[in-house]
Amino acid sequence: MADTFQLDIVTPDGLVFSEPIEHLRAPGVEGSFGVLVGHTPFMTPLDVGEVDVTQSGKVRILATSGGFVEVNPDRTVILVQTAEFAEDIDIERAEEARKRAAERVQSKQPDTDLDRAEGALMRSINRIRVAKRI
Amino acid sequence: MPSLKQIKRRISSIKNTQQITRAMKMVAAAKLRRAQENIIKARPYSHKLREVIKDLSGRCDRSQHPLLAVREPKEIGVVVITADRGFCGGFNTNIIKRAVKEIESFETIDPTIQMMTIGKKGSDYFAKNDYNVLQRHDQLFQDLHFGVAASVGESLIDFYKQEKLDRVYLIYNEFKSAIQQNLIVEQLLPIIPDEPEETTTSQVDFIYEPDPLQVLSGVLPLYVNVQMWRVFLESNAAEHGARMTAMENATNNANELIDTLTLTYNKARQAAITKELLEVVSGAEGLK
Repeated sequence: MADTFQLDIVTPDGLVFSEPIEHLRAPGVEGSFGVLVGHTPFMTPLDVGEVDVTQSGKVRILATSGGFVEVNPDRTVILVQTAEFAEDIDIERAEEARKRAAERVQSKQPDTDLDRAEGALMRSINRIRVAKRI
Repeated sequence: MPSLKQIKRRISSIKNTQQITRAMKMVAAAKLRRAQENIIKARPYSHKLREVIKDLSGRCDRSQHPLLAVREPKEIGVVVITADRGFCGGFNTNIIKRAVKEIESFETIDPTIQMMTIGKKGSDYFAKNDYNVLQRHDQLFQDLHFGVAASVGESLIDFYKQEKLDRVYLIYNEFKSAIQQNLIVEQLLPIIPDEPEETTTSQVDFIYEPDPLQVLSGVLPLYVNVQMWRVFLESNAAEHGARMTAMENATNNANELIDTLTLTYNKARQAAITKELLEVVSGAEGLK
């Protein structure tokens, strides 16, 4: 059947996912978008957020943290720093990470990098949200 | 001639040392395998990034992006990656010697050299010898993950954007095989993209959202981080390889030492027996 396309999700720690899928939804910087087979070549950076993958009618959700995506008619490559399937996320650990990040943002010490702390907070909140969706 | 007891004591002490070196070799071998796996896992990511940058840099004006723009090198950043620990043959000394030589060669154009040292051995050396050390990162290799490399990459990008550094070089050991490491000096910033091939790039017309330059701005910092990550992984694997070989040699040397000492021991034992016999015989002879 020609209604699937190859999706590769690549992180610096390796290939997370590489299978044919039917539909993809990803959080582009200009807004969330969907990809079906035969999409025009397209490239955009990705925000921290969730990626939905539809494979044989079932939707799987991943938490991803910033990167970018390259869409080709028959093959899409997502390059992100981290990508985790919702079912693999340890909510307790994510919650701890969120607390730590929140403390860092609030501490407002001169030597903490606020941008980075806020980024970490955003990523941990995103992971918790995704984990709770299953 | 040392006494029998002394030789025996030396042999057992060497055996103890040998046990330690053998254990260190095993540990290094296991760590090396993991490090090698990490290198392979990181490959597709950096490969893809390289491709994308090659493609994008052909579409935008290079001077428009701060990480691609070439400035006159007044402040040169040198990032030296060594190990945190010794016991790995010439791994650390080689890289430090090479770094010192490179720095001397830069001095012909009279820039200010700013160092960033990764790994305790290099940090100690350059701090002790009065180099300008901008930042030092020790003990990174104990818990090596992408975030660590990314944060080092980010700080380099910050320095570069603030024009505190006009050019950044990396000096590190590349992992060739367990017994061989290559010393590599390469330029990290400004980024030098691969030349786009004229024929292939223009065939597929990508839609860039919002536009090529912005996509490039998103991708380039990632690329720097990934380069750092790759270099860390290479250096880490090279370190374990070097340690494994060094410990293997140490174990073999210990074996040799034990062999010679055992020989001396036996000779001494024989001499003692002969001496005793002679005494007995000459004693009996005297009684006649």
